[in-house]
Amino acid sequence: MEFQDGTQAGMEPALDSGDALLTPADGGREHLVVVGNGMAGCRAVEELLARDAARYRVTIFGAEPHVNYNRIMLSPVLAGEKSFDDIVINTREWYADNGIDLIAGDPVSAINRSAKAVTSRSGRTVHYDKLLIATGSDPFIIPVPGKDLPGVISFRDMRDVDTMLAAAANGGNAVVIGGGLLGLEAAHGLTLRGMKVTVIHLMDTLMERQLDEAAGWLLKSALEARGQTILTGANTAEIYGEGKVEGVRLKDGREIPASLVVMAVGIRPSTALARGAGLAVNRGILVDDHMVTSDPDVLAVGECVEHDGNVYGLVAPLWDMCRSLADGLTDRHTGYKGSVTSTKLKVAGLDVFSAGDFSGGEGSEDIVLRDASRGVYKRVVVKDHRIVGAVLYGDTADGGWYFDLLRKGEDIADIRDLLIFGPAFASGGGALDPKAAVAALSDDAEICGCNGVSKGQVVACIEQGARSLDAVRGACKASASCGSCTGLVENLLSEVLGDGVQSGPKSLCKCTSFGHDDVRREIVAQDMRSIPEVMQKLHWSTPDGCSSCRPALNYYLLCALPGIYQDDQQSRFVNERMHANIQKDGTYSVVPRMWGGLTNPRELRAIADVVEKYDAPMVKVTGGQRLDIFGIKKEDLPAVWADLNAAGMVSGHAYGKSLRTVKTCVGSEWCRFGTQDSTGLGVKTERMTWGSWMPHKFKIAVSGCPRNCAEATIKDFGVVCVDSGYELHVGGNGGIHLRATDLLCKVTTEQEALDYCAAFIQLYREEARYLERTAPWIERVGVDYVKSRIVEDHAGREALRARFLCAQSFSQDDPWAQRAAGARADLHQPLNPTAIAAE
Amino acid sequence: MTDWIDIGTIADIPQRGARTVQIGGEKEIAVFRTGDDQVFALVNECPHKNGPLSQGIVHGHNVACPLHNWTIALKTGEAQGNDEGCTPTVAVRMDGDRILIAQPVQAREAA
Repeated sequence: MEFQDGTQAGMEPALDSGDALLTPADGGREHLVVVGNGMAGCRAVEELLARDAARYRVTIFGAEPHVNYNRIMLSPVLAGEKSFDDIVINTREWYADNGIDLIAGDPVSAINRSAKAVTSRSGRTVHYDKLLIATGSDPFIIPVPGKDLPGVISFRDMRDVDTMLAAAANGGNAVVIGGGLLGLEAAHGLTLRGMKVTVIHLMDTLMERQLDEAAGWLLKSALEARGQTILTGANTAEIYGEGKVEGVRLKDGREIPASLVVMAVGIRPSTALARGAGLAVNRGILVDDHMVTSDPDVLAVGECVEHDGNVYGLVAPLWDMCRSLADGLTDRHTGYKGSVTSTKLKVAGLDVFSAGDFSGGEGSEDIVLRDASRGVYKRVVVKDHRIVGAVLYGDTADGGWYFDLLRKGEDIADIRDLLIFGPAFASGGGALDPKAAVAALSDDAEICGCNGVSKGQVVACIEQGARSLDAVRGACKASASCGSCTGLVENLLSEVLGDGVQSGPKSLCKCTSFGHDDVRREIVAQDMRSIPEVMQKLHWSTPDGCSSCRPALNYYLLCALPGIYQDDQQSRFVNERMHANIQKDGTYSVVPRMWGGLTNPRELRAIADVVEKYDAPMVKVTGGQRLDIFGIKKEDLPAVWADLNAAGMVSGHAYGKSLRTVKTCVGSEWCRFGTQDSTGLGVKTERMTWGSWMPHKFKIAVSGCPRNCAEATIKDFGVVCVDSGYELHVGGNGGIHLRATDLLCKVTTEQEALDYCAAFIQLYREEARYLERTAPWIERVGVDYVKSRIVEDHAGREALRARFLCAQSFSQDDPWAQRAAGARADLHQPLNPTAIAAE
Repeated sequence: MTDWIDIGTIADIPQRGARTVQIGGEKEIAVFRTGDDQVFALVNECPHKNGPLSQGIVHGHNVACPLHNWTIALKTGEAQGNDEGCTPTVAVRMDGDRILIAQPVQAREAA
């Protein structure tokens, strides 16, 4: 803050009674001084004048050298759609006509409450009877090196817009830090002005305050299609440049060159003035229901206040507050009760709406409509038969209707089934029965938009014997693509067949009506690249899935897109995220890889050292011929792995839906019965297959003779060596339902054994359902099918093998080494409590 | 009067994930960040067999316990579905990006 004339915060400003402005009263009227010439301050005055124009003499101080303008419309000014004059709310004439003294470009720098006077930057001192603080908010500037370089600006006022327009005139690159509404509008405007714009957003979802993940993903895709680069989950390390900004460096080391950096990460209530005056301030200036601060003669309104624990950054609550404030100042005392907010906006020409609490939570249910082909996403959150929140993307026409139902708290039980289709459907005939609605459709009415299937065609195919949803999907393709018409098809099934409808294969989980095979087929057919994309395109009924579907989708994407798909660690079970096996006390067990079950003194010493160093209470030999170290704390895991890595050992993946172990017997090198080098082949097999992710755990064994000491015939893939070659067995497991293997075939060379193994694993990876081991998979598809793909189809086998080796080229990267080097330390270290704030 | 402890920023917790924090000699607390960037805190123990909830899969406003896949509501600590039990919750307050949690009563008395 700046103070002149020796005036400092907390000191008495000198009253200069010679100034006409300083007289305490004017004809008996009380003097209302407004600090802030923005939307809230002026609106408050307008509301007051509307109630009692004669009651107060009004003086408004403004920091900017302008009359009051509509700050929300700065974006269209930047985009070139409007001029400054277009966005002026109150002209000079308004101030003059209402007898308001406007002191623009001279912000108030101190309040002296005991003298009831304010002092401005230029030293002007003005007495008040009532003071209204409407200082709004300040842009939050993230404290990174280079934040003060020329060319780094915020997006808050007309001056910022002028700076952006000047920069855009020279073209080049701009970076916008912050993917909220303000940042995206700045990015859109700068793009339209011809700059190459990169948006850096700390969170993983754009506009995460207004949008849920699915809508955020749609928005991101659309903005990227408009030529912007959107980096989510990106953390700014510094802004660099010599004398002026030259670019932004991220924490992960990426550098983005830029001649302009717009910081739009958020706003903070502007409370310095109030704090300096000793008013009660929390996040914002604390006010009661009449917008009165801790001093009865000082009021506050707008983004600078905190009411009932809430701070608002939208315009609608400001209007509510101004009404209550004006009522209070004219002795009506209606009281502000807080605002339920809705946001309906266009971001870069894209329609977005959100209202209320769309975060879900206990007792709330989601009704979700996803129309992939139109790019529409609608989600209504319902609790106790009432709408509590809504998010709309792409088609926001019904936003007002939902918001109205929400605000009025209307009981929507009767229209619930049709609620998501909007008022046209839901209000049409009162409580419409969806089955009756389908029955009323004409035969040529379209049921499935994706595949152009009419009601008549669906009914015909049901009458011809399709007695389940799956059968209909297979027969006429209705509901086989995006699934949004699943409910309609189900209604037609029950209309035609009554109780004769057969339930189809189980859906993947309660979040979707699709089964595993449908989801996998569509991931490949529609070239889907991320979990939110799958959930959007296949109409997931929950915002971000559940603990059943997320790991499955993560695996299916990983399998479909080796080297391209970025693994989502948060969609993995704890063991795969922590690369160790969680035990019942929350500690972990660690199993280093021992190729083919072989080890050596160096490895054994390293394991022994780890056991002593980290005080592991138990070491055990596993059924897969490994050593399992128990009782390691999550904090110690990276250090344990570093020690094991140093001795040449990598992750044993004993924790994964992945290749576990290749168990061997000693074979022809030592055993008097051995027919082939089973340990050698085991080591080669493990070198080829380690690190691969699978639908479920996968175990291999190689026995050197039919005595089968390695128990190869209860493994997912087992080799039994014989004099004339190698018998290959598949689909066995121990476990609850013991199953011996089926003989796949016999081959004559080691290389063939390896090739068949790779092809078999890839077939299992591509076609088994997540969490389905080879045994139930083979029982489901039949061993003859597997033989037809692996044994009889030579070209197919070779292609499977090639795809497996391609995937392996990306997955054989020791996860322990990455963690030991510091990756994802957040998964291992607790948070540090830093300070204690009492209130 | 509540004593609030600053435990870090929202960016310190992975989205749909959790971190733990230890306040004095109290039971470990799990601090969750959901997909929509809300923050919740629970004692890091499943009501079933004390599984570390911080290690579970976070979906919606729930976490699936890593030991036996019980689903626990983050807001109330209540087991969902047919399971019965409740994990104590810890009050959380956001100050901008900073996460504040309420100091456990015993720890405050001891302090």
